[in-house]
Amino acid sequence: MLTKQEVEHVALLARLALSEEEKEMYTRQLRDILEYAARLNELDTADVPPTSHVLPLSNVFREDEVGEHLAPEEVLANAPEREGGFFKVPRIV
Amino acid sequence: MELDLCLLPAHRLHAMLVKREIGAVELLQAVLRRIDEVEDRVRAYITVTREEALQQAREADRMLSRGEVASPLVGIPVALKDNLCTIGVRTTCASKILYNFVPPYDATVVRRLRDAGAVLVGKTNMDEFAMGSSTENSAFFPTRNPWDLGRVPGGSSGGSAAAVAAGEAVMALGSDTGGSIRQPAAFCGVVGLKPTYGAVSRYGLVAFASSLDQIGPITRDVEDCALLLRAIAGHDPLDTTSARFEVPDYASFLEEGLRGFRVGVPREYAGEGIDPGVRGVLMRVIGLLEQMGAVVEETTLPHTPYALPCYYLIAPAEASSNLARYDGVRYGYRTRDAEDVVDMFMKTRSEGFGPEVKRRIMLGTYALSAGYYDAYYLKALKVRTLIKGDFDRAFKDYDVLLAPTSPTCAFRLGEKTADPLQMYLSDICTLAVNLAGIPAISVPGGLAEGLPVGVQFIGRPFAEGTLLRVAYCVERRVGTFVAPLARSPAAAAARAGEGAAGRGEDG
Repeated sequence: MLTKQEVEHVALLARLALSEEEKEMYTRQLRDILEYAARLNELDTADVPPTSHVLPLSNVFREDEVGEHLAPEEVLANAPEREGGFFKVPRIV
Repeated sequence: MELDLCLLPAHRLHAMLVKREIGAVELLQAVLRRIDEVEDRVRAYITVTREEALQQAREADRMLSRGEVASPLVGIPVALKDNLCTIGVRTTCASKILYNFVPPYDATVVRRLRDAGAVLVGKTNMDEFAMGSSTENSAFFPTRNPWDLGRVPGGSSGGSAAAVAAGEAVMALGSDTGGSIRQPAAFCGVVGLKPTYGAVSRYGLVAFASSLDQIGPITRDVEDCALLLRAIAGHDPLDTTSARFEVPDYASFLEEGLRGFRVGVPREYAGEGIDPGVRGVLMRVIGLLEQMGAVVEETTLPHTPYALPCYYLIAPAEASSNLARYDGVRYGYRTRDAEDVVDMFMKTRSEGFGPEVKRRIMLGTYALSAGYYDAYYLKALKVRTLIKGDFDRAFKDYDVLLAPTSPTCAFRLGEKTADPLQMYLSDICTLAVNLAGIPAISVPGGLAEGLPVGVQFIGRPFAEGTLLRVAYCVERRVGTFVAPLARSPAAAAARAGEGAAGRGEDG
């Protein structure tokens, strides 16, 4: 059964900072949903291949040619913070 | 009686535009007036692009007066779900995390509509990141159903369906990951089609679950659906999952009739849990199909009970991966105060995403995490194979399958927000279609207690023409449906807030 500690771990993996109430709520709700999802175990799928994609596609190759692209100014236009031609973020190291 | 331009389908407006009986600017102004009259109650739009639309309408008039008719969509006002990127026009996904995002490019479907001469009216409300079945998960405001303002329009493309039903757009695009075109179309009494996976380019559609998402039309009638689908379908080199196929003239299928046509009704979709009013409409439609010469038989899709749990592992898993990109670095919302970069990521995402989006990210991250991947995600992918196999077998015997679009009519605002599983059950009739990657259309089949009921036809891959053909036959017999608010917006204004809606039926 899903525990609050697991919820805290998953939240860290997902880069979500949850409040105490959110942790309680998601522990309860995810537990319900996962319990419901456990129904899938009624099915024997030992010999069933997985379907990750419905189309019979493998790799799609094309020639490596320069196509249309955005100007740097357009790419940076939505940046929350920038400096010159760069996206600016808080200090990393 | 003066003809209300806001109630006519695009194919009739097109004939009037070509004959110069009306102008594109005149048509747009009628739609903008309707928006002014009803939008404060319906709230279908996040953004209305009046100025850009006027310019496009003027250009359409210039083309039409020169006799240049690029397509059946020239001068037709179309609304776009706000997860379709529009160059220079805010695209929010109804999320705080994208509240200020202005895309530097158009989605392929948007570019195709521009090339076809359509007039783009605005961006419609939706559940945040298309996660929901009622449009109540919008970070900005809920949209209301034009049939009854106390009820939801469905979701997640609720704004698009409500706009078409209220006369605030002639046609619209939505996206469908688990029913998000078909269920709101059913709730609002309009037509909605989810194309075969790969039939329409997803380039510029903000991704939710990449192996399930498809863009498709929401329209007043089936002929419009055929026209809009033709305009957007076809291979696109910018989407590697887009299929190479010849796009047919979908409208050419409409008149073929149903003689010898074989319809299967999966018993799993017609039994328990389906509202009596919805079942009544389904039974009437079955009777009509038989009258028109179709053979209707009960069939089975035995893995149907597993579609919901399968979907609610796969879709959140893909979403948790797709939504990792919202980190406050390149676009969108960023938290005000952060100590370091990880703190910035965590606060930005926690403040920027709403509760349902966080719930699905959590669920998906868990299903993909070490130790649980095989038990949940891989298991769901295997069950997906079984669900797809059910459909493959059924299509050996039947041209199409028939099912309700939703187990109920439009429900009340707030009715299902407390319990996520109850809300998820609203998509029980539509989810399996996305897992199998096949096309399906919802067409109004009748009314139950004054509210529209949609019936859903499900087809083989790339058999959209067949779906349009059978939906057209149903529409011929039951007519199209006009929401009371769209019929007399002024009277609806007087009734505002009462949430009252009467019966309205048109031909």
